[in-house]
Amino acid sequence: MARAAELGRLTVAVIWRRAQLVERRPQNATARTLVFSVPGWPGHLPGQHVDVRLTADDGYQAVRSYSLAAPADGDRIELGVQSVPDGEVSPYLADALPVGMDVEVRGPLGNWFVWRPAAGEPVLLVAGGSGIVPLAAMVRAHRASGSDSALSLVYSVRGGDDVWYRDHLDDGHPGLDVRFLYTRKPPPGSIRDPARISAADLADAAAGLRPSSPVYVCGPTGFVETAADLLTGLGRDPATIRTERFG
Amino acid sequence: MADTTAHLDGNCLAGPLSEILSVEPTAAWWRCPQCARSGPLADLHVYGPEPGLTARCPGCAHVALRLVREEGHIWLSMGGSAGAFRFPVA
Ligand SMILES: Cc1cc2nc3c(=O)[nH]c(=O)nc-3n(C[C@H](O)[C@H](O)[C@H](O)COP(=O)(O)OP(=O)(O)OC[C@H]3O[C@@H](n4cnc5c(N)ncnc54)[C@H](O)[C@@H]3O)c2cc1C
Ligand SMILES: [Zn+2]
Repeated sequence: MARAAELGRLTVAVIWRRAQLVERRPQNATARTLVFSVPGWPGHLPGQHVDVRLTADDGYQAVRSYSLAAPADGDRIELGVQSVPDGEVSPYLADALPVGMDVEVRGPLGNWFVWRPAAGEPVLLVAGGSGIVPLAAMVRAHRASGSDSALSLVYSVRGGDDVWYRDHLDDGHPGLDVRFLYTRKPPPGSIRDPARISAADLADAAAGLRPSSPVYVCGPTGFVETAADLLTGLGRDPATIRTERFG
Repeated sequence: MADTTAHLDGNCLAGPLSEILSVEPTAAWWRCPQCARSGPLADLHVYGPEPGLTARCPGCAHVALRLVREEGHIWLSMGGSAGAFRFPVA
C-alpha cells in the first residue's frame, strides 16, 4: 500500500493512468464487476474511488467517479458499475467496452469516505443498491486484515436477485453480521415484510456500536439521506456518519 | 453529469481538486458563513454540468466553491462572490 495513502495524505501527484479492462463479470441483471490492469497503480484504502475518463474519437471526454470494490492488489483494480438507464458512461462501461481495451483512471481519490483496517472499533455499514461497492471493499479488507472488530452491514436491495457480491457477504464469517433488507421481492422464507429501510432496521444493527463508532452510508441520494436522518434520529452523532451518494 | 438539477456528492471533488492541491481535500473541514453549518468538504452538494462545478452548503445552498476546467487551466473561486484563482495545469 502506498505510504502516502497510509498517512491519509496524498502528497504524490494524482495522474491519469492507462487502465486495461482484463475481466468483466455480471453481479446481477444490470451490474457488472470490471477488473482493470493499471501499470504503476500506487495502492489504495477501502472506500476510495477513481475517476474514469473516456475519450471519443473526436476528442470529446467524459469523466465519472467509481468506487474501488476490492482491497489493494498490485496493479489490479476492481470496479462495480451499475448500468443507469440513459446514462452516458455507465451503460458503456457495463456492457460495451471490449475486454482488452484501455480507459484512463486517476486515483486513488478521497480520504473522507475511507475505513482504515487498524481502527479497531465496531463499524456499521449501510448500503443501498450499488452503494455496496465501496462497503464491499471494506468488508473484504476487514477479512484480509484478520481484524476482530465487529462489522455490521445493512444492505437494502429490491430482491434476492439484486444482491451483489453474494460470495463475500454470505459466507457466515463470525466477524461480519449481514442483514439484507428487501424492498420489493423478498426471497421465500423472509420474515421481514418488503419495505424501505426503517429506524427499527438500523436500531438493531447499531446496537453493538459505541457512541464514537463510525457509520458508513452509501447508495442513491434519497436512500443516503433517509438512512442518515434515521441514524441521527436514533441519537447517533452526525460527526460519526460518513456518507457517499452515487446520484 | 448530464443532469444539472440533481446534485453530485462532494466526494467527487477529490479528482478535480487533486490537480491543483497537494493535500487530499475531501476531509477538509468547512463552516458555512451564512448558516453556520459545518462539516467536511465531502458533505457539500456539487452541481454540474462539467466543466463547471459549483459546491454548495447542504443546509442553505450558499456557494462554497466554484471550479471550472478549461484547456490548460483550472479556475477556482472560494466563497460566493470572491474572485477566482487561475491555476495552470497539464
Ligand atoms: C464518489 C463517487 C463514487 C461512485 N461510485 C460508483 C460505483 O462504484 N458504481 C456505480 O455504478 N456508480 C458510482 N458512482 C456514480 C457514477 O459516478 C455515475 O454517476 C453513474 O455511473 C451514472 O453515470 P452515467 O454517465 O451513466 O449517467 P449520466 O449520463 O451522468 O446521468 C444520467 C441520468 O441518471 C441519473 N443517475 C446518475 N447516477 C445515477 C445512479 N447511480 N443511479 C440512478 N440514477 C443515476 C442522473 O441523475 C441522470 O438523470 C459514484 C459517484 C461518486 C460521486
Ligand atoms: Zn449554509
